[in-house]
Amino acid sequence: MVAEKPPMALVLGLESSCDETAVALVDNDGNIIAHHLATQEILHRPYGGVVPEIAARAHVERLEPLIRKVLDESGKNLSDVDAIAATAGPGLIGGVMVGLVTGKALSLACNKPLIAINHLEGHALTPRLADQSLSFPYLLLLISGGHCQILLVKNVGEYRRLATTIDDAGGEAFDKTAKILGLGFPGGPAVEQEALKGDPTAVPLPRPLVRSKEPHFSFAGLKTAVLRAHQSGLYKREDIAASFQQAVIDCLVNRSEKALRKIESENTAINAFVIAGGMAANQAIRPALTALAEAHNLPFVTPAPWLCTDNGAMIAWAGIERFRLGMIDTLDSPARARWPLDPHAEKARGAGVKA
Amino acid sequence: MCPLCKKYVAFLADSKKMIRQEIILADAAATEEIGRYLARSLGIGDIITLSGDLGAGKTSLARGLLTEFGFQDEVPSPSFALMIAYEPPEVSVPVAHVDLYRLDNADDIQELGLDEFVFYGALLVEWPERMGTSIDRIWPDRLALHLDILEDNRRRLTWQAPSHWENRWPPLEY
Repeated sequence: MVAEKPPMALVLGLESSCDETAVALVDNDGNIIAHHLATQEILHRPYGGVVPEIAARAHVERLEPLIRKVLDESGKNLSDVDAIAATAGPGLIGGVMVGLVTGKALSLACNKPLIAINHLEGHALTPRLADQSLSFPYLLLLISGGHCQILLVKNVGEYRRLATTIDDAGGEAFDKTAKILGLGFPGGPAVEQEALKGDPTAVPLPRPLVRSKEPHFSFAGLKTAVLRAHQSGLYKREDIAASFQQAVIDCLVNRSEKALRKIESENTAINAFVIAGGMAANQAIRPALTALAEAHNLPFVTPAPWLCTDNGAMIAWAGIERFRLGMIDTLDSPARARWPLDPHAEKARGAGVKA
Repeated sequence: MCPLCKKYVAFLADSKKMIRQEIILADAAATEEIGRYLARSLGIGDIITLSGDLGAGKTSLARGLLTEFGFQDEVPSPSFALMIAYEPPEVSVPVAHVDLYRLDNADDIQELGLDEFVFYGALLVEWPERMGTSIDRIWPDRLALHLDILEDNRRRLTWQAPSHWENRWPPLEY
């Protein structure tokens, strides 16, 4: 039976939950009609760290021109749009409010439905924007500067969190290692580049939690070990970078494998192993996880690097997914600083892990 | 705090000058434990800053403190989020866990809404050294804790305590 093609839908997505201000227009065939980001990493580079634009005022100043630019470029106006999707959390509350309030204002003024998006759901569903054949359920490794989670994506709005980090996120470990080693920002690409020149077996570094029962992550101890290795003066910088990256990869593979086994032992059939989030752009991480997917007879899916980092298209796409299911929100939807995808997740700290 | 304890501290301070200058923490568990101790006398409006190198144990101390307040879930590093607010019913006292690591401008602190938060909760702020001397202007009455990494996993905790912490810090016994 050929499924009936859903009617055309066009959603405007607004993202302002952390450092990035972004807007995109996406349709339900996954075409990104237009998209724009306000920040460029190059601007941050001299500081050796992310200098986030945390000022809500800056999001206000950037958002409206970006919306105009996206509409102009796509040759559309707001009356052509079917719904307005805006990130409603989790994130820095001032920034979240700017995007959400702007979304509400557009919704009210143009009489279009509002869709309040969980930023993490944006990351979780973007693989379906990138690969239209990807169907639920799938196992998602979400790795970025602020998050490190393994999720069973059962459907739109239905998630089961299998693992999370008990301290630092993976991307944060890369940024801090870059800082320790005196490499530039962003830390991910800087460490990745340096690692190309080094020996991944040269520096003995821990693989935190690899023997723990639950597939949780911990990177704080690895960061401390990198600091010690650096201060010892015994190792070359490129060898520390390569050994650190290898330790992270080993942890990601080990933890993902544990999660896959858990899912398999419960006889839950999944359609793919998916990675998303900014760290998914790392070229050394991809092959290891591809091999893991193959070993479990699963297709490996990951969006293009620019779709893995924060952007407007992921919010617009999550909006499309929700709009198709009639999941629209009221104008009193709150902005939320913390908003877990799986509110019933088992507590990571009670799982026998010691930080 | 127990009025008896207050008397006891005052007695020691006056007669024997037995106020500690530092605490040596054996491992990460000891760092968490000192966080738990701190929570027992922490209240609304209190501001604690936590300085120290990467990996010194700042987030471990914060984890101990939040655990004592009844928080049961993981306590992630706030570096990326800049500020993570913990509020009742998950904790008995609202706490904003703040990380200034990614900021380089004291004016940005205002954007985090901490001025407002301190009216109904406590602030626990990592990386105050990112603000240089401005930190003294922003939070003159803070309890400033500092962690140094020593050999063998140990940490040294030192501090500058304002007068209103006199009977609460440092601990007599730990």
